[in-house]
Amino acid sequence: MEERTNNPAARLYRSMYLIRRVEEEIIRLYPTDKIKSPVHLSIGQEAVSAAVCDHLEPTDILFGTYRGHALYLAKGGNVPRMMAELYGKVDGCARGKAGSMHLVDPSVGMMGTSAVVATGISNAVGAALALKMQKSKAIVVCFFGEGSTDEGAWHESMNFASLKKLPILFVCENNFFAIYSHVKDRLAGPGLQARSEAYGIPAEHVEDHEPMKLHERAGAALAAVRRGEGPRFIECMTYRWRDHVGPTEDRIHKYRPDAELDAKIENDNLKIVGSLLPDELRKLIEAEEEKRIADAIAFAEASTFPEDREIYDHVFAN
Amino acid sequence: MSSPTEGRTLTYGEAVFEATQAEMRRDPKVFVMGQGVDDARGMFGTTLGLQKEFGPERNFDVPLAEDAMTGIGIGAALMGMRPIQVHQRMDFVLLCMNQIVNMAAKMSYMFSGAHHVPMVIRAIIGRSWGQGAQHSQAFHSYFMHIPGLRVVAPTTPHDAKGCLITAIRDNNPVIMIEHRMLHNVKGVVPTESYEIPYGKARVLSPGKDITIVGISHMALECVRAKHLLEAANIDAEVIDPVSLSPLDAETIAKSVERTGRLLVVDTGWLSCGASSEILSEVFERIGARRPFVAKRLGYLPTPCPTTKILENLYYPSPQSIAEAAYQLTRGADAPVWKAGKVDSNEVAEFRGPF
Repeated sequence: MEERTNNPAARLYRSMYLIRRVEEEIIRLYPTDKIKSPVHLSIGQEAVSAAVCDHLEPTDILFGTYRGHALYLAKGGNVPRMMAELYGKVDGCARGKAGSMHLVDPSVGMMGTSAVVATGISNAVGAALALKMQKSKAIVVCFFGEGSTDEGAWHESMNFASLKKLPILFVCENNFFAIYSHVKDRLAGPGLQARSEAYGIPAEHVEDHEPMKLHERAGAALAAVRRGEGPRFIECMTYRWRDHVGPTEDRIHKYRPDAELDAKIENDNLKIVGSLLPDELRKLIEAEEEKRIADAIAFAEASTFPEDREIYDHVFAN
Repeated sequence: MSSPTEGRTLTYGEAVFEATQAEMRRDPKVFVMGQGVDDARGMFGTTLGLQKEFGPERNFDVPLAEDAMTGIGIGAALMGMRPIQVHQRMDFVLLCMNQIVNMAAKMSYMFSGAHHVPMVIRAIIGRSWGQGAQHSQAFHSYFMHIPGLRVVAPTTPHDAKGCLITAIRDNNPVIMIEHRMLHNVKGVVPTESYEIPYGKARVLSPGKDITIVGISHMALECVRAKHLLEAANIDAEVIDPVSLSPLDAETIAKSVERTGRLLVVDTGWLSCGASSEILSEVFERIGARRPFVAKRLGYLPTPCPTTKILENLYYPSPQSIAEAAYQLTRGADAPVWKAGKVDSNEVAEFRGPF
């Protein structure tokens, strides 16, 4: 297997292919109404999760958002349990209580995603504070969209992380749009890299369609965090192919030029990474991941719904 | 629930400190964060000296960033730490609502037990000496509304210590309401550690004619009202709920079943408030078989005025409580009765500055 080899492109391709194909299967299944949950797809944005998470250990802690399928899968989350969760079944990662927007798998450090924009960021900083207090070797990675940086919570969190030199990497997935609102209509000043640097957090900016560069830069930033040098920030330019929520394209809303989307689809990061691999290896990876996905869907189909009494479970912890 | 009547006395503030110190000694995961928790005032003495004993990692000041600081506490709690967050005024807890309601209260349920949030939020309600509209608000009912949160409002130093210890050891988020007027009130507090259970009301003083429920500082005012009512030969039972969520409606309902009269006095507004909840819960339990009369008292339906002369009208007093209880007991047609005068020393003597 290539996972522990020196072929990061192969690892990235496997991860990105899994994400792409799981979400394509969600699109295929959605009309059956078996997935009764809003889905916020990551198609087009797979490279960010895959490139960053390739450097992480299962003990490293990850916080993300409702657009979280890619993260969950890239961090090694359990695929059958994710599908069962989308189906609302008892074998789901949260027994059907979470759905697509709140995927969780603590066994691999996937801490659970939040549907209220920016609310997970301070939780991630708090987790980093705890790791520092506990003198842990683990670190925290916090994913969010550029929309989150509009929120005061992001600014407050960046300030505290820097103040306490916490072991955390902030990963901003800048896909330009908060639902249909363009970043240029929301962001003043010289941009997010400069804002991060103003908090004393070394920051960088990586363009879309440079997945291997992103992989390399994320690795360098994470290494600095692991050395105890405090927080780092990466702004990853990326692009959402599908609607903000739901399985379809959103060209009918006319909020972005068709040509812009077409160019992104033409210049597909998955193909870019795939082209770095020999055909034989790429096909092997694809076949293996197809099997995983088919098995995961079969697992979700076969699982049962929770019993009525479960509605009261876990309001409080024991 | 009973508590000792003899032994060492502490102020409420000292009891809060003692509980915090003891738990921090017992469990290295417990830490205290908040604006001013390490300053010379030491949160009205309740955190004074903690940094010296436990170091700046376990007792530290924070930026003026209530939203993120609450989320940071939650994040630390998710990783197994046990933060205590302190707010000098509950008014500022409004800035924390997103994290408390959307995150802390949801983590256990939303992730089916994969996570829990062992965190305590101490929220201090101000009053008197010009606190005005934004340093005097009591929002306990907001939190009582939310599944997944516990809300406690201890009145006595004994219960303050026990409630805080219970809250710190709990794996759930707990909002502890402390009324500023209570910090200097003295009472018997055992030196050893003990827990006050959730959902157990305390009968502060038994009686047979009317049930008076007083929340937080109002419980003290209700005990004073009881003494005023003795002049009118009315024997009031005063109950302190101690724990607001879960609420021990059973103890209150049993009392009302005997007395046939219920007066609820809240340290807060009436509309959609704790008093509404208590009255509803009692009615649902016994209303069909035991008719009873009821009334609620609380803050006037205005923002809190700063000037003392108006502020005096804003809060229920032992006199207004006693007169309301009298009217409930003797009926609306009874001759007007004026209660005697009694000082609420903790209010009269308070000189702030806040």
